[in-house]
Amino acid sequence: MGAEQDTLLRLTDLTVDFASQEGTVHAVNKVSFEVAPGELVGLVGESGCGKSVTASAILGLTRMINNATIGGSIEFLGRDLLALPENEVRQVRGRDISMIFQDPVTSLNPVLSIERLMTEGLELHLGLSHSDAVKRAIELLGEVGIPKAAGRIKDYPHQFSGGMRQRVMIAIALSCNPKLLLADEPTTALDVTIQAQILRLMKQLSQAHNAAVIVITHDLGVVAGMCRRILVMYAGRIVEAGPAKELFHHPHHPYTVGLLRSVPRLDEPRKDTLQSIEGLPPDLAHLPPGCSFAPRCWLADEECWQSPPELFVTDPGRTTACYHREALIAGAEMPA
Amino acid sequence: MSTNGETLVTIEDLRVHFPITSGIVFQRKVGAVYAVDGIDLEIKQGETLGLVGESGCGKSTTGRAILQLIRPTTGRVLYSGADLAHLSGSALRKQRRRMQMIFQDPYASLNGRMTVGDIVGEPLLVHKMGDRAQRKAKVRELLETVGINPNTLNRYPHEFSGGQRQRIGIARALAVEPNFIVCDEPISALDVSIRAQIINLLQQLQREFGLTYLFIAHDLSVVRHISDRVAVMYLGRIVELAENSVLYEAPMHPYTQALLSAVPIPDPAAEELRRPVVLTGDVPSPVEPPRGCHFHTRCPAAREGLCDVEDPQLKIVRPGHWAACHLITGDDYPHIRAGENDVAVVDDVAEVDGTAETPAGEGGETA
Repeated sequence: MGAEQDTLLRLTDLTVDFASQEGTVHAVNKVSFEVAPGELVGLVGESGCGKSVTASAILGLTRMINNATIGGSIEFLGRDLLALPENEVRQVRGRDISMIFQDPVTSLNPVLSIERLMTEGLELHLGLSHSDAVKRAIELLGEVGIPKAAGRIKDYPHQFSGGMRQRVMIAIALSCNPKLLLADEPTTALDVTIQAQILRLMKQLSQAHNAAVIVITHDLGVVAGMCRRILVMYAGRIVEAGPAKELFHHPHHPYTVGLLRSVPRLDEPRKDTLQSIEGLPPDLAHLPPGCSFAPRCWLADEECWQSPPELFVTDPGRTTACYHREALIAGAEMPA
Repeated sequence: MSTNGETLVTIEDLRVHFPITSGIVFQRKVGAVYAVDGIDLEIKQGETLGLVGESGCGKSTTGRAILQLIRPTTGRVLYSGADLAHLSGSALRKQRRRMQMIFQDPYASLNGRMTVGDIVGEPLLVHKMGDRAQRKAKVRELLETVGINPNTLNRYPHEFSGGQRQRIGIARALAVEPNFIVCDEPISALDVSIRAQIINLLQQLQREFGLTYLFIAHDLSVVRHISDRVAVMYLGRIVELAENSVLYEAPMHPYTQALLSAVPIPDPAAEELRRPVVLTGDVPSPVEPPRGCHFHTRCPAAREGLCDVEDPQLKIVRPGHWAACHLITGDDYPHIRAGENDVAVVDDVAEVDGTAETPAGEGGETA
């Protein structure tokens, strides 16, 4: 463990369960990781893997859900957010930790002007007067690349295009100089040429503001260019973590291998058929007793069905939750 | 993917303009959304034609207008000789048997109150194919073909996952034994690990039944994987059309070049070398498309007095390669490169990465 100032966020055994008619849904299952100040981390996984619930928990939003049970701890700058009362969490949420949502169309309140959306946090968290807040808001809009920001601040969200709305959202998220930015599928709703603009912007701004960013996405391409460290989630657990370059080049978990192989790449020759991971992700209310990926895994054997593997360290800074990591390290390939 | 070169569908000057009206009692037309604005296309028997473009460029409207789900404003759609745009009623229905559609959203495109068996069997009923027993046998066969357990035909769509629902949608499209299927973003609503399964299924079905696909998608990597030829659309028009390998390896239109350079590659090492051309601005509104070349407002190579005045025509630039750009003459075409400001997203990481360290998390992840 690094010294206290080296760690901005530390999740230890975070568990989020939801009670449902089908039984308990284990959305997040003993997730532990750390984020350093200014670090860019990619949290990758498919829908239902628990990546967005993890983000909600960090923001202290899961506590508002009646049927949710939360365990473990979320230390932010040394304080456990889960143990704080709501009024103190509110000091952190929106100021020290802010969020960029996936869909800029639905996540900006359509009946509030950009001015109102932008100044709310500035006045609440930074105690600026309204006129100062408006000035700051215009600066921020300029910073995220909205032309003639002063003239557009009275506009409403529907008057902006999708890419511009996502810029507004980024401006709002950055307005209180957060130390941690959670970006949940920040470019999924955008076109590829706009995606390139937004990713570059997020990266530049995180450096300018020294904000750490957790990019939550299903798109491996998005995090490959942006993040230095990748966490791969499957069925509520982190199954692999490590520096981006090494993880992409030589994955140590069969799920990561499958994900990378099943995506066609523009820089590689065309293949006749894509390799695919067979089957479906498990039902989170009825997880298999062993490794959650075992039913879809080509390496699975008896051991995998017995008990879930913990995260093993394979290289400095790299961990994988696989009993067959040795085979993968040795270069075992996915059968076609 | 056997193409014998025969044309199955010919599209001539297809236009779809949606009127914008004003007034409550007397609706006056005050403008139009020029969703599809003059498209010429030939789809060959047995091929997969990829149609790519950004949202709002009219690619889905084109697909729907070909099948007459949206009636074109003007233009012709010739399907083995008959002009679909001027058919209606039973004559159109007869033709429709031979062309089907696979929709993007498997959650919205299956009726939640119908069983899977009824959903897949409905086209057979509509086209009066077979009796009850034959239809049931056919439905079971279809479900098996697409990898769904035929014993689940009495279940409802909500009992299936997204990937399985898309398989059901594919079975429905196959029911009437069509030649031609419009696949409208068939995998974009699916999870990454499921996408490859559906792509492989579509390819396998094409080989098995000799299908012709119009594959509409915004994901350029997937289109490259599945298509024989690719057409690129921008704001209601086709800007470039070529064989797959030609379009991806030697794109000539500035928009295609920028689009291809913007696709992120799931590999940090490749990302370091990638220099995307970041187009400034947004796609203009199709209500008021720019004069001249629709792309000139964002084109780094646009020439004043030419591109903003004259409409470029889609013309042959090399055998089998079509492009709509004034600046392509002979073998000469504008080379769009990343400018000074267009450094790769990953650039600065590369420097930091020299230290190759992860500051936190060594022990952190170990549960």
